[in-house]
Amino acid sequence: MAKQLRIRPEKCTGCIQCELACSFVQTGTFQPARSLIRVHLFDDQASYAPYTCFQCDEAWCLTACPVNAIAISAASAKVVVDSLCVGCGLCTIACPYGTVWFNPDSHKAVKCDLCAGDPACMHACPTAAIEHVDTPAQDWLGPWAADLNTTYAEIRTGAAPAGGES
Amino acid sequence: MNGGWTGTILRVNLSRGTVKKDALRLDWARDYVGGRGLGARYLWDEVDPTVDALSPKNKLLFVTGPLTGTNASCGARYMVVTKGPLTGAMTTSNSGGHWGPELKCAGYDMVVVEGRATRPVYLWIHNDQVELRDATHLWGKGVWDTEEAIRAESGVPDCIVASIGQAGEHLVRFASIMNDLHRAAGRSGVGAVMGSKLLKAIAVRGTGGVRLADPRGFMAASWAMKAKLKASAVTAEGLPTYGTEVLVNVINEHGALPTRNHRETVFEHAEEISGETLTETRLVANKACFACTIACGRVSKLPGVAADKFSVSTHPRNWRIAGEGPEYETAWAMGADCGIGDLDAVIKAHWLCNDLGMDPITYGATLAAAMELYETGAVSDAQTGMPLRFGNAEALLAMAEKTAYRDGFGDLLAEGSKRLTARFGHPEFFMGVRGQEFPAYDSRGIQGMGLGYATSNRGACHLKAYTVSPEILGIPEKMDPHTTDGKAEITKIFQDITSAVDATGLCVFLTFGVGLEDMLPQLVAATGTKYTMESLTRAGERIWNLERLWNERAGLGKGADVLPKRMTDEPIPSGPAKGKVNRLGDMLPEYYRLRGWTPEGEVTPQKRKALGLSRL
Repeated sequence: MAKQLRIRPEKCTGCIQCELACSFVQTGTFQPARSLIRVHLFDDQASYAPYTCFQCDEAWCLTACPVNAIAISAASAKVVVDSLCVGCGLCTIACPYGTVWFNPDSHKAVKCDLCAGDPACMHACPTAAIEHVDTPAQDWLGPWAADLNTTYAEIRTGAAPAGGES
Repeated sequence: MNGGWTGTILRVNLSRGTVKKDALRLDWARDYVGGRGLGARYLWDEVDPTVDALSPKNKLLFVTGPLTGTNASCGARYMVVTKGPLTGAMTTSNSGGHWGPELKCAGYDMVVVEGRATRPVYLWIHNDQVELRDATHLWGKGVWDTEEAIRAESGVPDCIVASIGQAGEHLVRFASIMNDLHRAAGRSGVGAVMGSKLLKAIAVRGTGGVRLADPRGFMAASWAMKAKLKASAVTAEGLPTYGTEVLVNVINEHGALPTRNHRETVFEHAEEISGETLTETRLVANKACFACTIACGRVSKLPGVAADKFSVSTHPRNWRIAGEGPEYETAWAMGADCGIGDLDAVIKAHWLCNDLGMDPITYGATLAAAMELYETGAVSDAQTGMPLRFGNAEALLAMAEKTAYRDGFGDLLAEGSKRLTARFGHPEFFMGVRGQEFPAYDSRGIQGMGLGYATSNRGACHLKAYTVSPEILGIPEKMDPHTTDGKAEITKIFQDITSAVDATGLCVFLTFGVGLEDMLPQLVAATGTKYTMESLTRAGERIWNLERLWNERAGLGKGADVLPKRMTDEPIPSGPAKGKVNRLGDMLPEYYRLRGWTPEGEVTPQKRKALGLSRL
């Protein structure tokens, strides 16, 4: 097992400090649009879900790349090797989580590399919703989203009262 | 390098239908820091203080600060600067959320809106693409529907929308401008100015970045302030746990929670509308604005039954889903001030105000004044259409809609309590200064707040010199709320410092945990300008005096620093502050002296010279 990012959406307040930290690492500016971790704000449900690559074992991005430009780093991250990447974008399509992006300036794929083992987003999070811990690579968002979707659908259709117990 | 700024402003002329890009006046940005100060400087140059606030000659400025859009904690704010229709004074209303940073990322430091459109429009900003779009199909919609509609029709789901609701469209004098559904540039009627220009919304999507002069230095300074916020009891525990609502019980226990239009100052149902009750029974989660590490925002939910309890017609589907608030000010204005101890009613009315785009402080306070008129027999059922007794929660909800649509008696409420009470022959029931209603602290129980209200440039306001900090909370040091000693000095210092904070683009709530000296290194690293504590405080003083000078020309300078008789002549009838009145007369002369103004409160030529304001 290697250290991965473990994200706890229930602790997130939606401040996007993680996005700001990530974009600062990439660009030296505060540019959320370039962040490799994104916070989705579900305002009417009071839910905020930061998501980024969780370095899944299947690594479809790596499998799909026709020029072997995605490698596994010493920090156990799947990383884009800039000198090899030809910018075809196949990895961005292959990733089922949408966490490989295309940089319109460099014309290359770009994804979370765990900041070489010291993730800036983890440090920036004020509520410790992002941890860098020994954990199996797993889809932490899946069960959470499924659960929330059910609840939300019930509220929308009136099957469950908003506010729960009362 | 002009760190912190993009160097470009947008100038939108609605009468001509044109959009122009101008260079930012960097000399003004330096001298007035940004935000509130920069906006004041532009307004000084461009708007005659005597114009009608709702005429095309007034301009509406959306101004960011140099730290807006950075990762400085709470670097989320944008300031709306204009002539306020509620007051006639220069108003500076600011809002958090994500709109200000998004504007910066799109490449603009501010937006100047001029003239008046011939039909409803909205401004669309997507990086370099800036255009006016038809909004006739949006006119009549509430804030929440407007945001949703623009996101859908633009095909840019990440755009951030600042808009007005029905209140702004109907020129309610205390209409707000809302962004991110629940964030408000709330006071003095900035939304009515937007409505008078037939500008429904400004939608922004920006994918650029905010550049800094010294990125490494900035990161170090930003970490240092965050660490300090984490160590403060208020910013690390009090505000995140209970939100601003934590104050209800605190202020009530001091006998300074204005109740039933300030007739009393202790509310018997305070517990029921308090932050503690909200947290235990209604809170879903905290919500942070852009880059905020405090997260005081509340997201609450109404229990199933309560969602359908009151008969309002607006936006029924949303009553069952979570929304933000209430905040302390709302819980007070629509709760204690109206004698209403029903938290569900307060939450629902708060959401209603957000969706309609209406300041809940002035709305609640105006309704409270109407209730006093009703109970004294100055207005009748025939005029109001319903019994406006203190404690009538149904009226709170129903009148909010009527006010926003200017329907029936709501048309009179929409004018604010000064005009309302004057109309019915009881101007003494107006509880405010310069036409703007007091916020949630009775100045008879907290002496400094009386001076702060009386001298506040935008009319009665708690955010321009929050002496509650020392007088009640003991931050930075405890002062006796019942004496006037030192209050003139602390008020002046707080006004100057707060002006500077408001100019940076940071949130004034930071000052619960850190001081201007903690913000300074970030400002220096971001801009590359060598501000010092002295020059920054001076910039704050410059801003305060410029606003005052503009107000003098608008007829709201000297002579306007007065409190209602109830504050100065009617002792508090009961509770911990029983027998107290505000002794404004004891503080004002010293305040004028400390400001370097004349004994009548006029800015002197010497003071203008000292602040670099001589040649304006």
